[in-house]
Amino acid sequence: MFDVHEMEVNFGPQHPSTHGVLRVILKIDGERIIEAKPVIGYLHRGTEKLFENMAYPQCVPHTDRLDYVASATNNLGYVEAVEKLLGITKQIPKRAQLIRVMLSELQRLSSHLLWLATHALDLGAMTPFFYTFREREEILDLFEAYCGARLTLNCMRIGGMPDDLPDGWLDDLEEFTAKFDPAIDEYAALLNTNRIWKRRTVGIGVISPEEAIDWGITGPPLRGSGVEWDLRRAQPYECYPELQFDIPIGKNGDTYDRYLVRMEEMRQANRILKQCIPMIKETPAGDIKAKISRVIRPPEGEVYHSIEAPKGELGYYIISDGKTQNAYRCRVRPPSFINLQALPAMAKGYLVSDLVALIGTLDVVLGEVDR
Amino acid sequence: MNPWMLFFIWPVIKFLIAITIVLTIVAAMTWVERRTLGFMQARLGPNRVGPAGLFQIIADPIKLMLKEDILPASAEKVAYFLGPMIPLLPAFVVFCLIPYGPPPAFAVTRVNVGLLLIMALTSTAVYGIILGGWASNNKYSLMGGLRSAAQMVSYEVPFGLSVVGVLMLCGSFDLVKIVQYQERHVWNLLPQLVGAFIFFVSMNAESNRVPFDLPEAESELVAGYHTEYSGMKFAFFMLAEYASMLVNSCLMATLYLGGWTFSIAGYGLTTAALSKLGLLGGLIGAAIFFAKVMALMLVYVWFRATFPRFRFDQLMDLGWKWMIPLALGNIFVTGILVLAMPNLKIDAGIYPYGELLMAVVGAAIIALTLFLVTRGPRRPAAAARPTEPPKVIHASRVSEA
Repeated sequence: MFDVHEMEVNFGPQHPSTHGVLRVILKIDGERIIEAKPVIGYLHRGTEKLFENMAYPQCVPHTDRLDYVASATNNLGYVEAVEKLLGITKQIPKRAQLIRVMLSELQRLSSHLLWLATHALDLGAMTPFFYTFREREEILDLFEAYCGARLTLNCMRIGGMPDDLPDGWLDDLEEFTAKFDPAIDEYAALLNTNRIWKRRTVGIGVISPEEAIDWGITGPPLRGSGVEWDLRRAQPYECYPELQFDIPIGKNGDTYDRYLVRMEEMRQANRILKQCIPMIKETPAGDIKAKISRVIRPPEGEVYHSIEAPKGELGYYIISDGKTQNAYRCRVRPPSFINLQALPAMAKGYLVSDLVALIGTLDVVLGEVDR
Repeated sequence: MNPWMLFFIWPVIKFLIAITIVLTIVAAMTWVERRTLGFMQARLGPNRVGPAGLFQIIADPIKLMLKEDILPASAEKVAYFLGPMIPLLPAFVVFCLIPYGPPPAFAVTRVNVGLLLIMALTSTAVYGIILGGWASNNKYSLMGGLRSAAQMVSYEVPFGLSVVGVLMLCGSFDLVKIVQYQERHVWNLLPQLVGAFIFFVSMNAESNRVPFDLPEAESELVAGYHTEYSGMKFAFFMLAEYASMLVNSCLMATLYLGGWTFSIAGYGLTTAALSKLGLLGGLIGAAIFFAKVMALMLVYVWFRATFPRFRFDQLMDLGWKWMIPLALGNIFVTGILVLAMPNLKIDAGIYPYGELLMAVVGAAIIALTLFLVTRGPRRPAAAARPTEPPKVIHASRVSEA
């Protein structure tokens, strides 16, 4: 009577596992995906246009809303780009650099913890969610102690940091870093050798290194495919050259390798934090700002600066006309947006159940994709 | 006794008592499950309504009753209405067939093909799910319904095959006789390790629980077959799910864990020993039975906190390629052992040497199977994707784990 039934399903924008408002139009045959077409733009707020009408320092809180689960790294990318435009990168005091590194590594932890929680929940494992949120809560407490905010931090300024560390903050951090490694072991114990978890992730969504480079994928998905590319090492910024850390890479480029890469990155981020604590104790207290003019009016020119955000290469491209206090144009290169373009090719031929694994493994945040 | 009393009034009274206990357990189970999950997941669970959140049991149904009952405009109205009712009915009828304590007082009815009847009744529950999923006229619901149909049909087979071993040992479909056989020998769990293992896995799949909760897989199909249901209709689906968990746990306790007795080789709390105590003995028997049932229910919860969800093809793979051959093998081995050792069939109070031998054989088979199943995942042959592993640029530092 009928031959092959192809069904079109709207996966999102209101769906529990599309991590926000991603919509994927699926063409499926039974459960097998023939075609997956991501539709984006539901969270477009015109952030780049807003940047053109605001003075440079006023833009910092708006960068919080790009990747809203990793606002410290968004701040960092933006202030560094403006500093590069102003030519004051070298003048940033050591203490400010260390605070920036600590905040962005904490942010990497918090972002990866949220990723692990939702990724595991998407694959039906409920318990890791609560375990990771236990640690994430403490990271957010540290953020709150530093700048008063927990999610949208607005914690960096052009030329330095807004405040010095509050009393006792380093002790809290030390306590946290001491108990974080056992916590990662706990998550790994739940998932690493779990047979169902492996069956759901090993060999799913394979990206070859060539494909990953061709698509412009960055961050853990690129490293999961076995390409050793981390901007903290490749184009060092702040005081990363002085810190010791390994760049974990995967072998097969599948979902399981990307999972292992992110887990190892959390351990390395914790290692960086542990190194920062004695280093910051040697720097003079209160030395957190470069001496720059209050009015920020960069000379005519353009700059592109990128940092290693938790999700990949976060770049800011700023053009200054040299006359106003506003950027003439500011373009954001969001890692999630570029990584998401691999989804249709990755999903083709897999099952609907795998699609949630793939969305989870790419770790997209729609605030950043749509800007 | 007056035949009306014997065949109508007494059964109805016993049924009402049984159904009250069952509904209480089902309602309490929602609270037990959430508190246990909370305990396992470093959180509290419901603790606001009443002491230790106990009134949550009442608050939840009240909320569901007061909710708007939405009927989607494009739904098939009759089928949409019937969907939630159908799984509930067999689940409740089955409770009449399960002996909770020493007969005749603690069993509503005693049917000599009790086990067959129970299996026939429970397998009809899937109609409601398919009907509800189809009638909602929602693609996610339809996929949930289809998944559920395939899953239940697949796991009905090992579910049925796994109990054949018990039938061969005990020589009866009558649940009371199966329990009485176990009190004279040893819990069937021991000689039927493989069967009990298959039965347990299949009963998890039958009641759509983690890791086999694909029909409702909230992260994939939103809410699966009950996506469009709200209010009491949704509550009926949930009630049916918990009732089916309870039926399966009762069945497992009866078939493999000695039902209401607590004895080995005729010593301990046997039916005869309990009968001497009269009503008190009956109550003790029922308490033993429900303790076993609750222990099994907690294993369900434990599973939910531990496992990720299977993928659909992996579920089918497990069912058809592992469970069914294993169940057939179990029948074969049990058959040989039953024939080879005629003293297994002797009802006198002998020590269960034969059963112990079977337990050793069963443990070996399970160990071998687990070894084979967990040998390592093979890459799925996904269409239109390169099957060979991609070229490695750098040596791995992580993948060794």
